[in-house]
Amino acid sequence: MPLVRGVIYAAIGFAIGGSISLGITNMTGEDYKEPMIVLGYVFAIIGWLMGVGMWKIWGREWFGKSTVNDPTGGWERYLKFNTDHKVIGIQYLATLAVVFLLAGLLAMGLRAELADSGQNVFTKNTYNTTMSLHGIMMIAVAVAAVMGGFSNYVLPLIIGAEDVAFPRINALSFWVVPPVVVLLLLTPLFGGFDFGWTAYPPLATQAPIGGLLFELAFLTFGISSILGGLNFIATIITQRAPGMTWGRMPIFAWSVLAASIISLTATQWVAYGMLMIIFERVFNMVFFSPPGGNALLYEHIFWFYSHPAVYIMILPAFGAELEIISHFARKPIFAYRWVVRAFAAIVALSFVVWAHHLFTSGMGEELAVPFMVLTELISIPTGIIFLSALGTVWRSKLRLKVPLLFALAVVFNFAIGGLTGIFLADVATDIALQDTYFVVAHFHYTIMGGEMFAIFAAGYYWFPKITGRMYNETLGRIHFALMFILYNITFLVMFIPGTVGMNRRVAEYPPEFEAMNLIVSIAAFGLGLSFLPWIYNMLNSWIRGPKAPDNPWGAKTLEWQTSSPPPLENFKVMPTVTGDPYGYGDESVVHARFGKSSPSSQAAPAEGD
Amino acid sequence: MTIHVPNVNHRFDPLTINRLGLWLFLVSDASFFIALLSSRVFVSGTSTPDEINQVLGLSLTVLLLLSSLTAYRAEVAAENNDMSHMKNMLLATMGMGILFVFGVGYEWYEALQHFPPSTGFGTVLFTLTGVHVTHVATGILTLGFVYFRVRKIETIGDNLFAVEGAVKWWHFVDVAWVFIYPTLYLLK
Repeated sequence: MPLVRGVIYAAIGFAIGGSISLGITNMTGEDYKEPMIVLGYVFAIIGWLMGVGMWKIWGREWFGKSTVNDPTGGWERYLKFNTDHKVIGIQYLATLAVVFLLAGLLAMGLRAELADSGQNVFTKNTYNTTMSLHGIMMIAVAVAAVMGGFSNYVLPLIIGAEDVAFPRINALSFWVVPPVVVLLLLTPLFGGFDFGWTAYPPLATQAPIGGLLFELAFLTFGISSILGGLNFIATIITQRAPGMTWGRMPIFAWSVLAASIISLTATQWVAYGMLMIIFERVFNMVFFSPPGGNALLYEHIFWFYSHPAVYIMILPAFGAELEIISHFARKPIFAYRWVVRAFAAIVALSFVVWAHHLFTSGMGEELAVPFMVLTELISIPTGIIFLSALGTVWRSKLRLKVPLLFALAVVFNFAIGGLTGIFLADVATDIALQDTYFVVAHFHYTIMGGEMFAIFAAGYYWFPKITGRMYNETLGRIHFALMFILYNITFLVMFIPGTVGMNRRVAEYPPEFEAMNLIVSIAAFGLGLSFLPWIYNMLNSWIRGPKAPDNPWGAKTLEWQTSSPPPLENFKVMPTVTGDPYGYGDESVVHARFGKSSPSSQAAPAEGD
Repeated sequence: MTIHVPNVNHRFDPLTINRLGLWLFLVSDASFFIALLSSRVFVSGTSTPDEINQVLGLSLTVLLLLSSLTAYRAEVAAENNDMSHMKNMLLATMGMGILFVFGVGYEWYEALQHFPPSTGFGTVLFTLTGVHVTHVATGILTLGFVYFRVRKIETIGDNLFAVEGAVKWWHFVDVAWVFIYPTLYLLK
């Protein structure tokens, strides 16, 4: 069992690293706990990776020994270091679905506390830890469900590749995620962390050991994100099927490329932010405390990643949304080239907007207006993507299946999320709205209403491809209706206490906000329950659902031209791309032909097409 | 080697793909060093304490630049299938790298007396040199693994990227120091 071996090796690693650290702290007379955890963790991660199979597939090569890699097998292939991108995609999706549901339960706990103004469910400290855990776990889901899960599964298929450019690095990028989840779930046992998912010092440098675990988890997660981004860029550049020019590349691949560029370069900054906090805790450095240090340094470095990070989340979501709208509207994507340009503009602008998070932080006032203008500029490319979605829907004959319903909900929700963002980008209004529930509602409108709805759209859309079975359409519609309505009640109402000044991140609040909060809490509980039909639908359909055809949606992109689920090598006969992927309504446009000039020896008849 | 499904539709050979992957990683890591350098200015401005050992800083820089030269010679020798020269140059590079690590150790020993980590300049000095020396250590390790792999072979064959990649990584670490050295030692 690779998992058991991984845990045992991790324990051995922790023992080795911890002992080295203990030896050193014994000599210097420093406090032993935090250095021991840090060094032990580093060794434990190496042990864990080697134990789950990296040693067999990769490590032996460093010592000149032969390696064995067998990505096939039954269910146990999901429980080891596996280089097949489809297995990795499912590993990501399954892990993150669990994290999503856990973090959702935490949110319901928070809403139970906030249902009235007093304190009833949590103490102040457990409330803060719950709030922080909910935040960071959902951020992990938002970053990795689409970039790790769907990109991994779909991207190589959609560009006609056999796998990603670096399959072993791909497996590595998944297998550092389980330690992240374990560390985060362990934090409450070590005093928790009360600084939210943003970990501002000096709170973060003074938090109990739980805070240290959070920083290690975030750092590890960054490694996964960087390696994933690197892999997708290399895959898109080198692994496209013959004939797939840049102009014939599906929009989802473009959006993954754009997000990967951000993830490759910006994630380093948050890693440095976490490293600074760890250094300040372990080596008593003074990045953020006098003399010399300044907490603003953290905020700059943190937001230099964490603002671009929302584009890592939302860009592939936009890509999936446009993809789905085009296939269900049976129309080419409106202004395809402008959308690609908009992606490029968002990537460029995302690096110069971070300080709009710092309007009230005490940074130089001369920075406020430039950052306000730059931030508001980003609404232009976002608007182009928006218009593209609307233009694709315009005068089309929509097939209102569940994936399309969710994709259209993205358009609706993100409109609200985007418009309320203007008030937060604007210095004058942000000063009043900063740190209120207005920010919380705005953020949930963009990331939950925008990205999570797109993730559910993608989930229903690619479910037949991933599992080989059809989901239940009626249950899907019930899920959509409940989630869409209750989601909108929850977060639309949440704007109201925000505009009149109710602070976020507090367990107790003035009683005059009680009525609004009660409505939000009731709707939020309904929202939580709305995922029950989804869970049942997914599990039941995966096991007992009717067999899905290879191309249930009649889509033209390459992932639908192979069997469901695809074979290990993705395409029995390699495709040659000959035209636009969205050539609906024009029968002369053929996206791909199969069987020509294929060097594959075990040639089988072309699937689909 | 791995039993992976042969990639039949690529237009790029594995060497090119590996090179691209390495360059992307270098871009990513360069981003990390930019963050490091910016924090130096934020925490301790542009002032450099007088106690800093300029001779040591210059010696470390010269040493690392020399090691890049030998690394380059190792790569050229690998391309020309000159195995014995390549191995000597790899050893020389590793030797200078190890000497550099000891040099940084001495730098830390001195720094602890004048500017410990609990001072502004000490914070950036220990962080920048610490992160960099970790990179140097990974470079030495990589070169060591490559040396171990090529120690008995007659022609370079499939191992060209192993040498090339390790050498490129070494150059990157070297270039990073070329930025760190003036930032720590020469700013006034």
